Amino acid sequence: MNKFTIKAFAASFLFPLLTAPFLAQASVEGYWQPIYHEDFEERLPGPEAGDYAGLPINDAMRLRGDTWQSGLLNVPEHQCKPHPSTYGFRGIGNLHFQEILDPESQELIALTTHIEWQAQRRTIYMDGREHPNELYPHTWGGFSTGHFEGDTLVVHTTHLKAGWIRRNGMALSDEATLDEYFMLNDDQTLMTHVSIVTDPNYLTEPFIRTNGWSRLHEVNMGPYPCRPAIEIDREVGEIPHWMIDTEQSHAGSIEFSERWNIPLEAARGGAHTALPEFMDTVAE
Amino acid sequence: MIKLINTDGSRAKNLLPKVLGAAALSVALSTAFMGTASAQDLADVEVNSYHVQGNVWVLTGAGGHVTVQIGDQGVLVVDTQFAETAPKIVEEIERLAPGKTIRYVINTHAHGDHTGGNAIVRSAGETIVAGNEAGDVGATFEPGAEVIAHENVMLSMATANPPLPFEAWPTEVYIGNKYDFYFNGEPVELLYQGRAHTNGDSIIFFRKSDVIAAGDIYVTEGFPFIDQNNFGHINGIIDGLNQIISITVPLEQQEGGTMVISSHGRLSDEADVVEYRDMLTIIRDRVQYLIDEGMSLEEVLEVGPARDYSNRYGNGFISTDDFITAVYNNLSE
Repeated sequence: MNKFTIKAFAASFLFPLLTAPFLAQASVEGYWQPIYHEDFEERLPGPEAGDYAGLPINDAMRLRGDTWQSGLLNVPEHQCKPHPSTYGFRGIGNLHFQEILDPESQELIALTTHIEWQAQRRTIYMDGREHPNELYPHTWGGFSTGHFEGDTLVVHTTHLKAGWIRRNGMALSDEATLDEYFMLNDDQTLMTHVSIVTDPNYLTEPFIRTNGWSRLHEVNMGPYPCRPAIEIDREVGEIPHWMIDTEQSHAGSIEFSERWNIPLEAARGGAHTALPEFMDTVAE
Repeated sequence: MIKLINTDGSRAKNLLPKVLGAAALSVALSTAFMGTASAQDLADVEVNSYHVQGNVWVLTGAGGHVTVQIGDQGVLVVDTQFAETAPKIVEEIERLAPGKTIRYVINTHAHGDHTGGNAIVRSAGETIVAGNEAGDVGATFEPGAEVIAHENVMLSMATANPPLPFEAWPTEVYIGNKYDFYFNGEPVELLYQGRAHTNGDSIIFFRKSDVIAAGDIYVTEGFPFIDQNNFGHINGIIDGLNQIISITVPLEQQEGGTMVISSHGRLSDEADVVEYRDMLTIIRDRVQYLIDEGMSLEEVLEVGPARDYSNRYGNGFISTDDFITAVYNNLSE
């Protein structure tokens, strides 16, 4: 065996070894369709007013929810808000994951996500950069950094705008953070998204949810422009909200508990209402 | 897209917590703040600059953020922090705009954390004065950059106790709702806010750069300070926020576009101001409702009309109770 043959022979073994990490790496790139079998009622028709069941919320959050009016959504400056990234992956619309590679080294610099509804766009930096300081603007997507742990994409997000975690006034403060895990099944056709929201102002403990996605091979992502319009003639600066500690502010949870015949305590939420043993309390 | 660049490439320290107490105490237009943060503390503060967009930069340090507009005609400075930090402000401006002259200084209001460095910053610059005004101007103040503010800023500073140095006073005041001029290729508008944070607040709109310096009308760090000794009023603050919202235009999906510089807090866009406006409006409406129900201040405080926002906004310079008390007093006038 001559030298050339030996080198070629060695290379035939080494090449797969050198490239294996890249070939084996799970790829979230591509188009994904949300699977709504989990929490369908909340995600598509939408949650009922006063339904805080299972949410690890504090009293401040309950009051935010109690005094929230859906009329807020037709105030012009509220109309074109997209979901913050704490909710967007739970909402409607296909998802497009794209990789941004360094043109020379082909190293992964960032992943971008685009969800069709309200054109929710976000960048997840994969190049090890630090999060910016306190002066940096907050956005709906927040400032996200990520890395792979095995085949799982792990993402940490700060600098979020004040928004919501449920579409019935369950608020998100601008001091909240988001941790996410994107996991693929073996043939990379299904993706599980784990979302963990931490909010020192409204949550008593991290709020964990999962969402399912299935890979799409043919998709048409349409544009989603939005321009606000005056739908209801209001005085400048009039903000719809129920007054504090009134019959109206209490009505949501009461109506929800009566309609579904569940205890009011369950409707009012709190971390304990998410635990199996809470059912024992209810049974008593 | 917003370019937010620390000009020296380093990460900025969060300077606000240490000096915020000092900055806010100085609203009495005195040097009483020294009790919380010494002159040496302030002198040790690091000043950092960030490009907002267009011609506009923001400088952090102690007290209210400084807005700087830089262009071919020179430099315009909005607010000057403290006398102790002003030399570093000037130094940073010289670094950002080498060879350019500070032509104008604008004060958003009279408080010492926004005007304490007036004398130093203006003395580092020069406003071109000629023609009919030259004789009058030359006879009344030392050379330097013009300091522009609403007339009530002048009245506050001229009657301060202990007295403030003459060199720190505004040299050009306006009355009415607006003062504007063209500088560095864009209109610069001073929009008077009536009784708001004080009775002398202006927000500054750089029309081409598409940036608003909001002064203390908009403070992302906490509840706003309603300076009742200087005729502040919650309704004026809310009106000011609504005016900012009427000016701002988001780039897309309620994000970006016109940028708003909060004096104490982060860079913002319309959606951030909307959130703050909504919060203040809701709390104001609740206090008014409780007053209409015949409740005393003590009873209103017991109800806690801001208890859903106090975790987020009540840990700054203004406590929740102090804020609610000011709102109650305003609405009971």
